[in-house]
Amino acid sequence: MDQHSSRLNSVRATLSVITYPIQSLVNLPIQLFKQTLKYSVSYSKLQEENAQLKQKSLLHKTDLLKLSTLEKENIRLRALLEKSFKLGEQVLVAELIAVNQAPYEHIVVVDKGTNFDVYPKQPVLDATGVVGQVIRALPFSSEVMLITDPNHAISVEVQRNGLRTIAVGSGRYNRLNLPYLPNNSDIVAGDTLITSGLDDTFPQGYPVAIVDQFIKQPNKPFAEISATPIANLDRDREVLIAWNNAKRIQLGIENKPQPIPTPTSQTTEPLVIPPLPHPVGTASAPQ
Amino acid sequence: MHLSNQQNFLITIVLAMCLRIAPVPYPISMVTPDWILLVLIYWALMLPYRKGVFNAWIIGLFTDVLLGRTLGEYALIYSLVGYFSIKFHKRLRFVPLIQQSVFIFACLLMAQAFVFIMETIQRPTNFTSVFWLPVITGTLIWSFIPPVLHFIRSIGRSIS
Repeated sequence: MDQHSSRLNSVRATLSVITYPIQSLVNLPIQLFKQTLKYSVSYSKLQEENAQLKQKSLLHKTDLLKLSTLEKENIRLRALLEKSFKLGEQVLVAELIAVNQAPYEHIVVVDKGTNFDVYPKQPVLDATGVVGQVIRALPFSSEVMLITDPNHAISVEVQRNGLRTIAVGSGRYNRLNLPYLPNNSDIVAGDTLITSGLDDTFPQGYPVAIVDQFIKQPNKPFAEISATPIANLDRDREVLIAWNNAKRIQLGIENKPQPIPTPTSQTTEPLVIPPLPHPVGTASAPQ
Repeated sequence: MHLSNQQNFLITIVLAMCLRIAPVPYPISMVTPDWILLVLIYWALMLPYRKGVFNAWIIGLFTDVLLGRTLGEYALIYSLVGYFSIKFHKRLRFVPLIQQSVFIFACLLMAQAFVFIMETIQRPTNFTSVFWLPVITGTLIWSFIPPVLHFIRSIGRSIS
């Protein structure tokens, strides 16, 4: 009943209002420790860090400039090919609540729930790669299944050649299995796996894992391939919950009468990113 | 004025819940016993007519939400264990703690077996023999549970 329908979700949500204080209570010592660490940083060190961050931010800004030009160019080229273009994502920073649910599962609790419009099946990322997906959104917290959970599978493709397959969690934080690739498939150790976007959960193009082993099994139909997740699954304190703009923008329809669009001005006109219904989109969480 | 049994019950249960979800390093996390169940058994043995099956069921429901299980999984387990504790409380009260541990072992084993069955029904799992270790640690730790809870109750009683 609870597994297959959503009828008991409201019951669980109500009960979780009472259990949430217990979770915060358990998390409190760690939070306090972090707070004291924050206050005990020296002024000179902060200045140094600030200078470093400013430099980094400058570098990133120049990168972004390039990226926006590339994006526009990509949109234009896709318009020429009359293919739809998928918009980018908006993210919300969520902090992990340090609680331990079941030792045999890779599920973590984060401190943003339906009060921030988090919903199940939402992709969760970190600065380096894909972390997992929201499996349950409660009023003040939500449960995130990591990609290494034995019950989790993610649709990926090899960045080098676009070979698509499925990466299944192994139950260990440093390993994913690719059980559905034949012995002669073109994949080598060191290949980067990125999300293919075919599962309609994860946005396309985010790094997932790096292949570290490819063992041919001549007596079996599929090879034994394992990969290491790129995201710091067991060390993360903060994750990003992403809103996937699933709506594809149809290109080329408006431009039909003039098949060769002039750069930038006309093609980008209908591509103004519509504001999301979520009020949270751009607001990053208070740290 | 002192804390009533009801208040003591709630305090100890909340403490047990905190212990249950406290983040502990990897090898210890595999052997941490089910604190909530141990505390529930204590109360069922001490106040069998007031802290009965229904209490255990409610606490089980909260445990389900706390641990992210299917609603009703721990509720069923806790009410079953609560039932057996109340059924045998007269005999168990008069035996030493070590001897009580035998009963505790049976209870914890039954609880863990139910977890095993229900998890296996719901989804493919890869449980190893490590899964059963909390039963043993729980049995070993039982001898310390009643003295500690007596102590907590005595503190509650002395609060003025």
